Amino acid sequence: MKNFSGKALFLDRSDINTDEIIPAKHLSENTRQSLKPYLFEDINLEGFDNKKDIQGKGIIITRENFGCGSSREHAPWALETNGINLVIAPSFARIFKRNMFNCGMMAVELSHEIISRLFSVFSKRDTEIETLFDKSSFILKSGDVKESVKFEISKFDRALVSAGGWLEYADSRY
Amino acid sequence: MGKTIAEKIFESHIVDNPSDDIYVIRLDAVFCHEITTPIAINDLVTRCKDRVFDTSKVKAVIDHVTPAKDSKTAAQGKILREWARRHDIKDFFDIGRNGVCHAIFPEKGFVRPGFTIIMGDSHTCTYGAFGAFAAGVGTTDLEVGILKGVCALRYPETIRINITGKIPEGVFAKDIILSVIGLLGVNGATDKVIEFSGPVVTSMSMDARMTICNMAIEAGATCGLCAPDMTTVEYLWNFIREEYKTKDKALEAFRSFCSDPDASYVDIIEHDVSSLEPVATFGYRPDNVKSVREMEGAKIDQVYIGSCTNGRIEDLRIAAAVLRGNKISDSLRGIVSPATTEIYRQAIDEGLVAVFLDAGFCVTNPTCGACLGMSNGVLAEGEACASTTNRNFIGRMGKGGMVHLMSPATAAATAIAGHITNSKLYNGK
Repeated sequence: MKNFSGKALFLDRSDINTDEIIPAKHLSENTRQSLKPYLFEDINLEGFDNKKDIQGKGIIITRENFGCGSSREHAPWALETNGINLVIAPSFARIFKRNMFNCGMMAVELSHEIISRLFSVFSKRDTEIETLFDKSSFILKSGDVKESVKFEISKFDRALVSAGGWLEYADSRY
Repeated sequence: MGKTIAEKIFESHIVDNPSDDIYVIRLDAVFCHEITTPIAINDLVTRCKDRVFDTSKVKAVIDHVTPAKDSKTAAQGKILREWARRHDIKDFFDIGRNGVCHAIFPEKGFVRPGFTIIMGDSHTCTYGAFGAFAAGVGTTDLEVGILKGVCALRYPETIRINITGKIPEGVFAKDIILSVIGLLGVNGATDKVIEFSGPVVTSMSMDARMTICNMAIEAGATCGLCAPDMTTVEYLWNFIREEYKTKDKALEAFRSFCSDPDASYVDIIEHDVSSLEPVATFGYRPDNVKSVREMEGAKIDQVYIGSCTNGRIEDLRIAAAVLRGNKISDSLRGIVSPATTEIYRQAIDEGLVAVFLDAGFCVTNPTCGACLGMSNGVLAEGEACASTTNRNFIGRMGKGGMVHLMSPATAAATAIAGHITNSKLYNGK
């Protein structure tokens, strides 16, 4: 199973699309690793520097409809090659969410209220998130501030994360 | 309780129900192109699973960057080509016989009512125009589709959009779908199916139905769907005549993939288009929609007519009707890409290509290239494109470029004027 704990990167905008996550001009790359430098290269987000702000981060917390647009699995791969295996948002585009779990990564939905609170409490500070997969909870820590948040994912998505993705799961069953 | 089209197709294909509302369904077709498939092929080879579940149900095309523009895109074509040969995939369309996937696969008769189809491309929802359940997927889903002929999907909930009224002259399917996306928002149909119904849809050609279903994904939908009818039968007739003998028999068979009157929907939206004006997008989201009248005068550097949304013969006829006898403005450049080799030939035969050439358009080969900023019409920083494509995301047609989505009629009129303007086909105030 992949690592789902690490430092948080807050992206304060809704509808961040797949062209912003990884522009189409890089879709001619035939290895996942070669996508690494281009993550969020063209993102429309004031003050964001993709060279600096991604470094050392392991988890993204963002607003609704993350990953809308294209079906490209290059989007999760560009995240994965940068050490990001978990995105937390109020909602996701269908194909992006599917692609994440199909790769054994996680796209976890939390309510608008919780996401807004996490933004207001943690987004301006260095925040570490520990994921307790079996207990379905995240523990967010920043200095003295600590908060535990429960999450829910479907039994199927949980099985994909445990199996390391959809291909192994499907090939052994169908 | 009655069922929707999506529910009927879905339920007739269920293989497994691994949890909650997730179902594994059997696929009737898996379509492939050279951008998302090579990486799937490489992965299958690495895992020693380089197999194809049924070579007659897997179809492939090179369409995104064709001819190849550099060594990397040439390598992508090579991987797909060699894989198709190795597995004896008969329906593989290389340059010279190719076309934009969502135009060529329907044209070849591969999309039928009641089918389940996946492809590693978000605009796969186009095939819903035939009453097929078709979903865009990522590479891993595609790999599993190629290997096992199945896909895991959520049980479909449907939003029904009943399109009524009389379409004003000069208003087209593209204006209707953009207005629907403006209504729903880019997230309005996420994880749901949109069923397009009503007299306006019934009166539409297959080309127009494909235009509206194509953009269902821009509202987040898994699939756009239209009920199959005699128009569907007529379009497919050459491919199905052996099977059904008469058109009425075909229609009767296809009727089993229509929604029941008492089917249940998550939402039913009435959309009267009688007073709809031609529209275009103004921002970086497909739901940023305004009337062309409000956008009149916006500066344009390139006009692009083509893509899986609006590169079909009907689209070229409409654009040519606006362009005939006119020259495009010196202040911009125009590119038209007929969506398939067959459409290209037809456009030559009908004299449409001559109209484009006389007007000063570049007529390029069938390809997706410009739409996603990969080739054949990439924008420079600060440039704006009036485009008949489907996405206006920031940087979509080239870094720092702006895309205004619109109908072929508006795009052609814009090419003549040098700025965004309504076509002469539209007589509204």
